[in-house]
Amino acid sequence: MALARALAVAVVGVQGHLVEVEAHLSGGLPGLALIGLPDAALAEARGRIRAAVLNSGQKWPDERITLGLFPATLPKSGSAFDLAMALAILAAAGVVPSPDPRRRVMLGELALDGRVRPVRGVLPAVLAAVDAGVSRVVVPARNAAEAALVPGAEVEPVPDLRSAIALLRGEYEPEPARAGTDEADRLAARPSTGPWRALHPPADGTDLDLADVAGQSRGRLAVEVAAAGGHHLFMQGPPGGGKTMLADRLPGLLPDLDLASAIEVTAVHSVAGVLPPDTPLVRRPPYRSPHHSATPGALVGAGTSVIRPGLACEAHRGVLFLDEAPEFVRPALDALRQPLESGVIEIARARMTTRFPARFLLVLAANPCPCAKAQARGARACECPSAVRRRYQARLSGPLLDRIDLQVELGAPSRAELRADAGSAESSAVVAERVAAARAAMATRLCGTPWRTNGEVPGPTLRRGWPLAPAVTGAADRAYETGSLTARGLDRVLRVAWTLADLRGLDRPGTSELGLALSLRIPGREA
Amino acid sequence: MTSRRGTSCRAKDVLGRFGEDLAARHLVASGVEILDRNWRCREGELDIVAREAGTLLFCEVKTRTGTRFGTPAEGVSERKVARVRLLAVRWLAAHPRLRGPVRFDLLAVSREATPGLPEAIRVEHRRGAF
Repeated sequence: MALARALAVAVVGVQGHLVEVEAHLSGGLPGLALIGLPDAALAEARGRIRAAVLNSGQKWPDERITLGLFPATLPKSGSAFDLAMALAILAAAGVVPSPDPRRRVMLGELALDGRVRPVRGVLPAVLAAVDAGVSRVVVPARNAAEAALVPGAEVEPVPDLRSAIALLRGEYEPEPARAGTDEADRLAARPSTGPWRALHPPADGTDLDLADVAGQSRGRLAVEVAAAGGHHLFMQGPPGGGKTMLADRLPGLLPDLDLASAIEVTAVHSVAGVLPPDTPLVRRPPYRSPHHSATPGALVGAGTSVIRPGLACEAHRGVLFLDEAPEFVRPALDALRQPLESGVIEIARARMTTRFPARFLLVLAANPCPCAKAQARGARACECPSAVRRRYQARLSGPLLDRIDLQVELGAPSRAELRADAGSAESSAVVAERVAAARAAMATRLCGTPWRTNGEVPGPTLRRGWPLAPAVTGAADRAYETGSLTARGLDRVLRVAWTLADLRGLDRPGTSELGLALSLRIPGREA
Repeated sequence: MTSRRGTSCRAKDVLGRFGEDLAARHLVASGVEILDRNWRCREGELDIVAREAGTLLFCEVKTRTGTRFGTPAEGVSERKVARVRLLAVRWLAAHPRLRGPVRFDLLAVSREATPGLPEAIRVEHRRGAF
């Protein structure tokens, strides 16, 4: 009869919860009972733990083993509890000294041969542990770099169960953060190259230059304004006009993530399992451009026992680009309304509710009609009836477009425009510098408010807090009175005007910025 | 083949018989009173029925040579446990005057034959094993 405890962490969404693993040996017939809401993957741990213990040169207790995971009400899932469960059993059997649950958290999946395999969600797990006052964390060697990102964490990486046993006996000094030493792990983690190199493009767009988008000066301006003010962007125009090129270059204009944001993004990517093992901290704003066949679940996150974050969550603090936006199914587009409003995605299932951060910059691109030939000249002209075109454009109308400050029409550039623009287009580096300066100006003005960029400030607050002279807003007011601009549209124009002023180094927008902001919208497409 | 009298020439039955004899001797040595051995009914056979301080013991004896296929205790399946419970009920029905608290014990007998060493035989009595 023996009892021992160990500590692990269950990650629900991006939130870690400490879980106590208790092992009880009680004589009787040998067997392993697992209690405390385990899911299927966790129930399979029986086989893994037993094989790992035997292959680490230890005896498996010839007794009835009861493993409890507490709090029992918290749904626990996956393989990250393997290490804590194995060590709790070994401690109950007297093989290792009982680990003090207040001193150490243990994370890791066990391979049958006793190796400790990397798991998802190490960063949020370690954050939760340190937050709860347990600073020592035993993690798989391949997750060591990720765990070490947490300030105040004492990381003890272990490559296999033998080392973990030695660690608890005080006979093992973990080498700090040695990643990927095991050949099999290294091979499994190697990104596929060769013929599939095209499947892994650099995700953050830093190797793309805005100057490549020739003849599209308005488009380049729209992207610059979107990057500076954090304004969501909608581009409509015929194919070949450069919409996709512009969107691909937007992340490269954004400044590096500050440390707090970088930790947030890294935590989400860790849970999603898309973190590169060698350089875990995500420093650049992420970029996600799902194909238009994406389901609502793929965008916001889905799952039954475990809710995995979707692409919108992975784009947190970065850019989410929906190319051919009207081709997305309506529920997928509508699922984005909550994160656009609150920056959070809340997914409710019968067993639990999971929250993910999702404050992204939304970029939509659309053709004006389903045949995608609209406004093309000559033989390629569109033949769609106007009703079809209207219906196509209406797929994006309403609440979603309400949240989008920048709505620009991008025509195909003419030959003269292409030629005239070739020499004068600015490079991404130049524009990014201007964006950084504008963001700094915004941050100074918005200091003391919950917002960081102009795109987040609600219209009424903007009008009341930073009023503009009637002489400046004249053109916009007239547009409002004649009905070509709605009240919401007026707020959007104001926000964009402030960003234009910040980009130009002015302390407030003038008539010129207001005029330009008015031109960065599609006439007659007001929500 | 098993004869009517319970003697057999098959290796596994010989081993089982050997284990049961050892287990019975072990029980007697530890002060347990044996009531019945190899009691049979239509559903099967109880290895040992015994009594210890007023408690009725239904004992399953499991014998193994070596642990290559697991320990003796691991060889007791869920099905076997269910059968012993059923047989216990049958036994109690057949002996209405013998009553008292009931317990199910396991006697794990292991015979380890290491070349060059004398045979090591262990009998382990697990009280209330199932």
